[in-house]
Amino acid sequence: MNSDPANPHSSKGRFLAFVLGVSTVVLVVIGCMFPNQSGSGVADPNARLIASSSSPEAAVNSLLQQIARRDWHSAYELLGNKGEFTEADFTRDLTGANGSLRSDASLNRFDTQSLRASSDQAQIRAHLLWSSVVGTFEDSRDLKVIRNGSHWQVAWPLVKEPKVPPQVIPVNYLRWDVIYRGAQDDWGAQDVEAPHVRIVAMHPVDRAGEVIIMGEILNEDVVPAFVRVKATLLDNKGAAIASEDSFDKISHILLPKQVSPFRIDFRHVRMSQVDSVRMQPWSNLVPASADPVIGIESQKLNPVPDSSLSGQLVNQSGQVVNVAHVIATFYDGSGQIVWVADQYPSRALLPQTPVPFLISLPADVAAKAKTYRTVATSYISSRFQ
Amino acid sequence: MKAWITFSCGFVLLWAHALAAQSSGLRFPQTVEAGTAFSVPTSGSGEATLYIAGPGNALRRKVQLGENVSFGVEDLHNAGHYVAVFVSGPSSQSMQFDVVPSRQPSTLSFIAKPSRLPVNLNSGISGVAYIFDVFRNLVLQPQEVSFELSDATGGTQSRSLSSQNGVAWVKMNSAAKAGPAHFNASVASVHETRVIQQVPGDPCAIRMSARPSKDQRVLLQTEPVRDCNGNPVPDGTIVSFTETYAGLQSTVDVPLKRGVAQTELPAQSGAVISAAAGVVLGNEIHWSGR
Repeated sequence: MNSDPANPHSSKGRFLAFVLGVSTVVLVVIGCMFPNQSGSGVADPNARLIASSSSPEAAVNSLLQQIARRDWHSAYELLGNKGEFTEADFTRDLTGANGSLRSDASLNRFDTQSLRASSDQAQIRAHLLWSSVVGTFEDSRDLKVIRNGSHWQVAWPLVKEPKVPPQVIPVNYLRWDVIYRGAQDDWGAQDVEAPHVRIVAMHPVDRAGEVIIMGEILNEDVVPAFVRVKATLLDNKGAAIASEDSFDKISHILLPKQVSPFRIDFRHVRMSQVDSVRMQPWSNLVPASADPVIGIESQKLNPVPDSSLSGQLVNQSGQVVNVAHVIATFYDGSGQIVWVADQYPSRALLPQTPVPFLISLPADVAAKAKTYRTVATSYISSRFQ
Repeated sequence: MKAWITFSCGFVLLWAHALAAQSSGLRFPQTVEAGTAFSVPTSGSGEATLYIAGPGNALRRKVQLGENVSFGVEDLHNAGHYVAVFVSGPSSQSMQFDVVPSRQPSTLSFIAKPSRLPVNLNSGISGVAYIFDVFRNLVLQPQEVSFELSDATGGTQSRSLSSQNGVAWVKMNSAAKAGPAHFNASVASVHETRVIQQVPGDPCAIRMSARPSKDQRVLLQTEPVRDCNGNPVPDGTIVSFTETYAGLQSTVDVPLKRGVAQTELPAQSGAVISAAAGVVLGNEIHWSGR
């Protein structure tokens, strides 16, 4: 019926379909032969790019794309210094060990910056942005790229995971367990008292059009406490504008007489709207352990342009800490809190082995910050089993 | 005249009906003590039904008129206001009476707060005793209640007072010595005990010492930490050590173990080392390498 010779539209339609089909095939072939490298900074694990090593940048991009796809074998095969370490070492460098934050992280984005280049060697700085369960973390590597015949290969700067020699570390284990009142108990029967906690400092600031509440909370009891801080912003009529929780910008488990900073961010609220703030510290008695003890050593305020607080964590106990969390409070010359910031180091803390950390500071805050106080908390996977 | 005769006849009929109902009716006591057996006499002849409704309780009884209606110990035990309806043929009669709590206390609900408090706190401990009879009715008659707080050293505070509307309450001081205190409330032969943990207060002073350790480290150790009443501060209390040297700072939060806190920090000659627990500051050491 459609092939009616009397209908001139029928032959035109067939021609149009033919042209569309041919052009689609041609575009697909071109796309496969000359993939667009301009968006290679976005690590797409599903991307199927043809590995190119015709230039130092292309070699680095190819390697990082394989890493983003978690195809460790293919990535390892692209390296120019395979003889220096095994594929297992390479994989461990990227995925971490001992259940660290890297174990479940994936390369989300990267960008490269050429530092030096000659006809047979180049140095490229790769900024890797990893996604993890607690947010993103950055990893920066200076990659040496060497010409090998007609193509380029990356020499991977392996960061070796330290190993702790076999030993016995004695620990006087200290732990609290709690027995709560039972459902069958008389209503007058006593229950264990919630720990007494107190907010010892609080300072609201207006920053970039949002309200940030920062402060410190003290466990003044003799038992461990699980703490939260809730803040409610009130307008001049006493009505609540917004209510937020400290979420992860706090050390939730506080041992007796321990102090934790907290920070509560109110997005989309301006300080001019706020008349007063209602603070609600909340605590609960929980089983807890006094170990591990984490020392925070060699802390240093670094000036602008890379304003930050750097230092290293030292696990003084015998237990491996899978994930550590560092929270720092910064004070001005009068002792007023000016900033609270945190970081999760991506490597696990092995006993007695320093792990560096770096907490970035906004430049204006760095100018005000005169002193600081840092706390570290730990997450140990074996405790949850 | 006709109207007056009609009124007189109606009045006589109503009076006769009321007299008939009363002759076959019941007379409940105004108040009945919970859990006491009692009986109510009836008069007349024939059968009737008695309905009783009260707090958490309703019952129906077939009654042989002319005999006593008996109530057992368990029949009316919830204190409160009751309504009885007596139905005999076409007529009915309703009555009201009260069941009052037993005079004999049987249980005490004793609320002692807090369960944990620092030593040496005036009126820091409160105890509230609710007195109940065997049927869990609040005993409203004044009762003599004794409170006694015995601390770990054998010291005792005691107070006796009369309950009001079934409740008695008291405030006590915590002792100067830390340890569990037994808080006892008693009325007649009923006793109830709660345990109050009297815990040390804030550290009074923190004294630490330093000595060289291996690998270019300095070993820091506090003396046993005590509160201002001489009680040892409990293990697990955090002592924060801070070392500052040439723009570098090292900190570590260490729990007390066996009364002392101990840690190692990098040994830097000229470093200033301090210790603190909560808001209490300890001594400062200027480390010279020895």
